[in-house]
Formats: sequence, C-alpha cells, structure tokens
Amino acid sequence: MSARDTILNKLRAGLAGTSPRPDAFDENLVTRPWQYAPEDRLQRLRTLMEAVRTEVHEVTAADWPAQVQALLDARGLTNLLHAPGTAHGRQLADHWQAASARQTLLAYDRPIEEWKDELFWNVEASVTGTLGAIAATGSLILWPDRHEPRLMSLLPPLHIALLKASKIEDNLYTVMQKHRWADGMPTNALLVSGPSKTADIEQVLAYGAHGPKELVVLVLTDA
Amino acid sequence: MSELFYDAAPNATRVAPPRPQPRQYPDKPAEVILFGTCVVDLFFPEAGLDAIRLLEREGIRVQFPQAQSCCGQPAWTSGYVEEAKAVARAQLELLDTGLPVVVPSGSCAGMFRQHYREVFADEPDTLRRVDDLAERTYELTEFLLHVCKVQWADQGQPTKVALHTSCSARREMNTHLHARELLATLNNVERVDHDHESECCGFGGTFSVRMPEVSGAMVLDKTRSLAGSGADEMVTADGGCLMNINGSLDKQRTPFRGRHLASFLWERVAGSASTEGRP
Amino acid sequence: MNQRIPITEITGGFRGRAEVALADSQLRTNFRTAMDSLMQKRADAFPDEEEREGLREMGNQIKARALSKLPDLLEQLEARLTANGVKVHWAETTEEANRIVHSIIEARQGKLVVKGKSMVSEEMEMNDFLTERGIESLESDMGEYIVQLDHEKPSHIIMPAIHKNRYQVAKLFHDKLGVEETTDVDELIQIGRRTLRKKFLEADVGVSGVNFAIAETGTLLLVENEGNGRMSTTAPPVHIAVTGIEKVVENLRDVVPLLSLLTRSALGQPITTYVNMISGPRKADELDGPEEVHLVLLDAGRSGAFADAQLRQTLNCIRCGACMNHCPVYTRVGGHTYGEVYPGPIGKIVTPHMVGLKKVPDHPSASSLCGACGEVCPVKIPIPELLQRLREENVKSPDEHPAVRDGGAKYSPKERAIWRVWQTLNTRPGLYRSFLWAATRFRALAPKNVGPWTENHTAPVPAKRSLHDLARDHLKREGQQ
Repeated sequence: MSARDTILNKLRAGLAGTSPRPDAFDENLVTRPWQYAPEDRLQRLRTLMEAVRTEVHEVTAADWPAQVQALLDARGLTNLLHAPGTAHGRQLADHWQAASARQTLLAYDRPIEEWKDELFWNVEASVTGTLGAIAATGSLILWPDRHEPRLMSLLPPLHIALLKASKIEDNLYTVMQKHRWADGMPTNALLVSGPSKTADIEQVLAYGAHGPKELVVLVLTDA
Repeated sequence: MSELFYDAAPNATRVAPPRPQPRQYPDKPAEVILFGTCVVDLFFPEAGLDAIRLLEREGIRVQFPQAQSCCGQPAWTSGYVEEAKAVARAQLELLDTGLPVVVPSGSCAGMFRQHYREVFADEPDTLRRVDDLAERTYELTEFLLHVCKVQWADQGQPTKVALHTSCSARREMNTHLHARELLATLNNVERVDHDHESECCGFGGTFSVRMPEVSGAMVLDKTRSLAGSGADEMVTADGGCLMNINGSLDKQRTPFRGRHLASFLWERVAGSASTEGRP
Repeated sequence: MNQRIPITEITGGFRGRAEVALADSQLRTNFRTAMDSLMQKRADAFPDEEEREGLREMGNQIKARALSKLPDLLEQLEARLTANGVKVHWAETTEEANRIVHSIIEARQGKLVVKGKSMVSEEMEMNDFLTERGIESLESDMGEYIVQLDHEKPSHIIMPAIHKNRYQVAKLFHDKLGVEETTDVDELIQIGRRTLRKKFLEADVGVSGVNFAIAETGTLLLVENEGNGRMSTTAPPVHIAVTGIEKVVENLRDVVPLLSLLTRSALGQPITTYVNMISGPRKADELDGPEEVHLVLLDAGRSGAFADAQLRQTLNCIRCGACMNHCPVYTRVGGHTYGEVYPGPIGKIVTPHMVGLKKVPDHPSASSLCGACGEVCPVKIPIPELLQRLREENVKSPDEHPAVRDGGAKYSPKERAIWRVWQTLNTRPGLYRSFLWAATRFRALAPKNVGPWTENHTAPVPAKRSLHDLARDHLKREGQQ
C-alpha cells in the first residue's frame, strides 16, 4: 500500500463513527473590529506602515513618476527597475525620457535566468503596482504576473509601490470576498506590510534582512 | 498587575475580568461543610481553624466531616487515574449532603469544580453528583466575598502584604480577584505587587519532587521577588504554594515568610491571632 | 564565553540538561529577557479581551472542523494542487520524506539547497540527510542560519537563536565567516544578507515549510518577516514545500482569523511583513518563479495522535510559540533542554507521538501544570489536560495498552504500589485519622531529609495537632455554647 493510502486509511479509521463538524465561520469576528470610514482608511494604513519604517507619500496620478525620480535622486541611486508591460510602467518610461532622468531605467522583460546576476546584485530600486491595500493590518496586496514578476518587489533594496487610494479596503476578509479570491488564486499572491526585517538577534529589530531595506508607498490620491 | 494568564505579561497593568465566567451566588446559608484539604490538615491546621472562625463570625454553622481526606489531585496529576478516582469517590459520597462546601485552597476547590468531571468522565451516573458538588463548592475567599458579603473593620496595625495566588486557583476559581477584593476592604492593609506576580511558584504537586531542579529555580525566583517586593509578608489562599514558598525561604534562611490568607484575615478582623491550635 | 558544551550533547535526559541550563546564567538571562518581551508584545497585540476570546474560539473551531474531515481535505488539497501543476508526495516517516526530497534534487542534479524556515524539515533532520549525500543544505532564516553555523539546533520555534546574544553571534560570524568582529546587530544582519544572497542566486532548489495549506484553492500560505521564505520559494528553479498533514484548512477565508491569531500570538505583530500565497509553479509566460513546485505531506506520528479524539487536539497547533513564551519552565531551561525539535509545552504534547514516550519519558512530567500555555494558545489546545493524559499513558503497564506510542515508559510497579497505599489511606477514614495522629504525635521524628524536596526546601514538619483534631474540638466547644 502506498504511503498515501496508509495515511488516509489511518485517518479514516480515527474518524469512524464521527461526522464532520459544521462550518460555524462567523465573519463578524474578522470584519466588525476592522471597519473604517473610507476617509480614515489611508490614515490607518499610514500609521501602521510607518510603524514598520515604511514611507508613505500622497501623490497624484499625474505627478507620481516625478516623485519616483525625486526619491531616487535624494538617495543618489543609479538605476530603477520597471515593468514595461504595465500602464504605470509605460507612464514611468515616458516621464523618464521626457525628464531625462539620471537613473538608468531597467526593464523586467526577460526570464530571470537570462540576467539573474544583474538582478540579484545590481538593481537598486524598483517600482511596482499593487492591487490595493488593507487598512486593518497596513498591508499592500500584490499579485505578481508576467508583466510584473515576483522578484521585482523582493530583490532591489528600495521597493516603491503605487497604491490607488480608492483601492484601500478595510480588512483581508472583505478583500477576499469582494474580489472572489476563492474562485481562483494566481501563481503567487502577496501581502507586503513593510520592508524586510528580522529580530532574530536579541529581538533587536533590523531592517533589510533579505528583501528590500526600504519600502516607499506612493498613494495616488486621485485614483 | 494582571494575574490571569490570559493577559500574561511579565508585569502587565490590566486586571483581567473573571474567567471562567462569573457565577451566580446564593444567599448566605445557615450551614456549610469545610473541606480542610490534606496539606492544611497536616501542615497548616491553624489556617483551617481560622477559616472555620471566619465563617462562624458570619453566623454560619460549620461542619467538619471527620471522614474527609484528600480531593485526589496528587494522584490525578500524576497519571494514577484509578487511585485518584477511588479517593475522589470517597469525598464525593461524603460531601453528597446538599450543603455548600467551602475549601481553603483554590486548587482543591478547582479539583471539585473542574476536574472531577474529567475523573468521572466515563461514569454518566456519577457525573450528576459531580455537577451537584461543583455547583456547591466555593473557595474560601470567594465564599466570604460573594456569599457572606463580609463587612469587616480592620483591627490590625498598618501592614503591607504581597499576594500569591496559586495558578490553578486563578485559572479555575478566580481566586486572585476575590483575594484582592477582600484585602482591599481592610483599611490598614496595603497590597504590594511583586515581580512576575502571575508566574507559577514551581510547586505543581509532584512536579516539585519529580523535577526538583526546575521547580527549585522557580521557587527561588518567586521567593526573591516576594522578599524584594517591600511587603512585610506574603499571603496566599493555597496550602501547596505556601508549603513550597515557606520551605524554600526557610532553607535560604530568609526571614520573610508567607501565611495562609485565612489566618491573616482572621487576625485582621478579630484583632489578634488566635492561639488555639498554634504550635 | 563559548567554552560550554552545547547543551544538546549533554546526556542524562531532560533533568540532566535542565541542570546544566539552569546553571548557565547567560542563557537564563537571554531567555528571561526575550520571553518577557514576547509576552508583553502579545498582550499589547490583543487589547480587546472579547475580540481575542472570540477569535480564539473561532480558531479552535476552524482547526477542529478541518481535523473532523482531514482525510477528505487532504485529498481535495492534493487534487487542487495537482490541477495547479504542483506535484504532491506523501511520506509516513521522516526517512521517507527525506528520500522524496533527495530524489527531487537528484533529478535536477542539484548541489545547493536553500531553506526557508521549516520546523518539519527540522523534524526530518533534512540538512544532515542531504549533507551526507553531498548536497549543501543551507538555512536562510537569520536565526536558523546562526544556529546552523554553530552546529546547533533551534531553541525556539519562532526565534531559533534566541539563546544567543549579540556577542555570541559576533564571535560566531567572526570565527566562521572570517569577518571583522562587530556587535552591531544591523551590521551582523547585513553580513548574513550578503552571504546568503549569493546562495539564493546559486541555489538549485529552495525548500520551505507551510503555515496553512488551503484545500479549497490548492494554496500554500507562508508567513515571514525576512523575505528569505519568498527568496527560497521564488528564486531557485525548484521549490519543495514540506509540511505536516495537520496543516490543511478547508477554505481560503479560514486563514483570515488563523493568520491574525498566529502573528499576534507569536510576535505581537498585526501581520508579518510577508504573507506569501503560492498556488502553482511558474506559468509558461511568466518570467520568474520555480518551474517545479512539490509538496511533501508528512505523517511522522501525527496519525497516531489523530487516532485518539482527546490527543487529536494536539494537531490544532499553528506553531506560534506563545505557549513556550509564557511557560515558566521553558523560560528557565530554554529550548535545548527538551532535546527534541519542538520544545516547550507544545513540544511536550506533540513529541511523544513523533518519537515515542520511551525517548522522552520526562516530557509529560516537566510541567507544574500552571496552565499558562493552555490559556494563551490561540487555537485553545488544552495543553495541561493533554499533559495529564500523557502522564496517564506514561505510567500504564504494558497490558493496559497505552494509547500513545511507546506508552508506559514510566511504568513502575513500585510507584504504583505507593499510590495504592495512598489510595487506601485516603479512602479509609479511620486509617487516615490514625495516620494524622501518628504524624502529629511523632512530628519530632519527621525526617529532615525527604529526598528531592529537601534540595530546595527544609523538610516540612507536621503540626502538633491536625485540623481533624482541632476542628473536632473547636466545633464540640462551639456546639456546647
């Protein structure tokens, strides 16, 4: 008998004569304490994310690429990874050209195998979109895809995330229900709630463990 | 400082509400049974006697059935279920009188109220009597506070005490809340907090002899924190913890000591300690 | 400072190791400080009692429901994952799980494995298994990395290197990595980051654990703060997840309360930095992510615990570590004293099923039953109750058929006889009173040395007269008045 069958048989024997417990999921418990007036959501998100050393800036749908440029200039960075297949990626590229920005604009447009070394060591910053955010926990929602791959939000020391203010939701449960996550999950779905950190030495908090050392959220207040 | 593990933090500032949920208390009865507990019986009998006096002072007749022995907890927590059951059954039969049972020890009261259900889980017929006993069982401070609704005039000199409540007394009987409230009614008694107040003193019944190294480290920390609290003495409503803490203090030759809460309370309300039954 | 023998190598069982740990003041301080802080963080993360208790109750119900249909959910999980392109493997033993992992690596001619944090891989001792077969297997969680570098085992399931302070880590990095000695925590972490990033780049295979496996969608959910979990599951061409069969939950929404309970109970965080939900390998048009994703479902004693309705509750565990953070025993002796992968209260109730009671005979008794663990458990595992049950199984004679693997490890006819005497004494009132009479009458003869008790206490001396006597006289007198 296979390990699979042996295990399942043992478990079934353990359940002999019992019936499955009913589903008594009470959604009030995961929604009621975590509801906010629409105008308060951004403040809640900001408070929680700033508490874990995330920068939150309010920008507009038109001026955010300039803000990105300013952020990079202020840090003296030399390159920026973007997603050319996305609308925000194209807007960024347009601005970059028009403004003759100093930083080299890198595009994540080929499989990782072709430029793994460069991606791991040389990329200094990235810009990605988000699906939205969760006010309750101060989290960004990212569903990486072919246009905006997974490592974009992980490898560069600075991750800049674009967030439309209208896409900030109350809590994770609401997000899952509203967007029917259970009907089909992507290859990878992420909640990101700050820059990478660790407290493994003496519980002293240190940022930039393996992922980004800095996370900057640009909130598009008019989007 | 919180004492319930629910809010366990080394020195939290909130006091947790009662858990299990607050129970309904009856009017003061005319008569009760005192279940002395084996540790008090042999090592702290004066505390048992003071408990009787405190009850009598409230106009209650106290019965002390001479056939009582131990609640069965030591065998139960050691895994000797049959032996525990036999002893528990003897108490169950003895106490099957309908009278309230008052116990000067939270962990033994908790045995009646919580664990007899587990001990007799396979005896549906016995469970009816178990539930009945559970319903009638009160830890002493709980009974004085909520059933007798004592109104005391503190007769003693100003003093500071640290309160230690046994873990099972807190967990099963909310003794921390009751003891605290009783102490608060005494004008000249100041209750002081001690470091890691909600932490176990290391007794744990047979744990103290099965794991003397760990248990010893625990009681050492507890006694240091008690002695360093600024209190004049420690009071507790549990004989096991008292034996553990005082035994350790004695071994360390530290003058600080603990006392059973019943004796402390009697002294405060009667104006002097009784000499009857004291060594 | 580092002269002491690693505590895992000290023989003499729990008590022997405890004795050494208790004498190590540095270790004691490291644990006390850390556990105090973790307790405070948890308390602060649950400011509302009612909210917390409601959530704990729901957490318990979700896990109990999942366990009540566990075999069906495992099949559903397997079907969904398979449909998503994930290969599912089943292992009855850790040895089998290791062989599966090894064969996957072999098939890719893999030489380097990077691991995200996984307690199941610790159970498997996967690093040793792979190393013996010429494959480098490297921990990438900072704490795990530190512990591996010092040839140690984790001492806490969430904070593996909590037994070390920064000076010890500084020396370790200096000795093993040849870097300049620094005690700045930020710098130490950056040393780890640089060293491990190279490994993430070169790794052939990434291994991870799983926090929740969602049957409904075929999703593996992982929580972490460092990003090493995302690295391990994204950068290498192959990702192997290993997990216990109890980690499956029915619906995606079930993880909402569980996630909240987990991160708040473990670290007092509203959520971890990353919640990583993986539902399949890289799709044809995607530019990164592993080409292969495997899930190894491990039994290793879990079905044994499952067979008993009471002991089954052990499998509710979501591995938050709150029980150890609040345990007065763990706080004093640290994780290594337990001698096995899972320390603390949860270790005491889960390990016997995994390795058998003969190997950990002292586990059930290493508790004062203070109850702190059971009361902070986010999924309401009645840990003290289960410890009592394990004690019961531990002292059974072979013909009483203990319900736990290698039960009866502490069976002792002599001790049983002592409890029988105790029973007789406490069920025969006349005998009991004679005993009281003798003990009080001859109190001067009470032994000054009563074994282990007198290691920490003076011997208790019986009172002059028992309460039985005093109460009888007192009540007689009162009655006459």
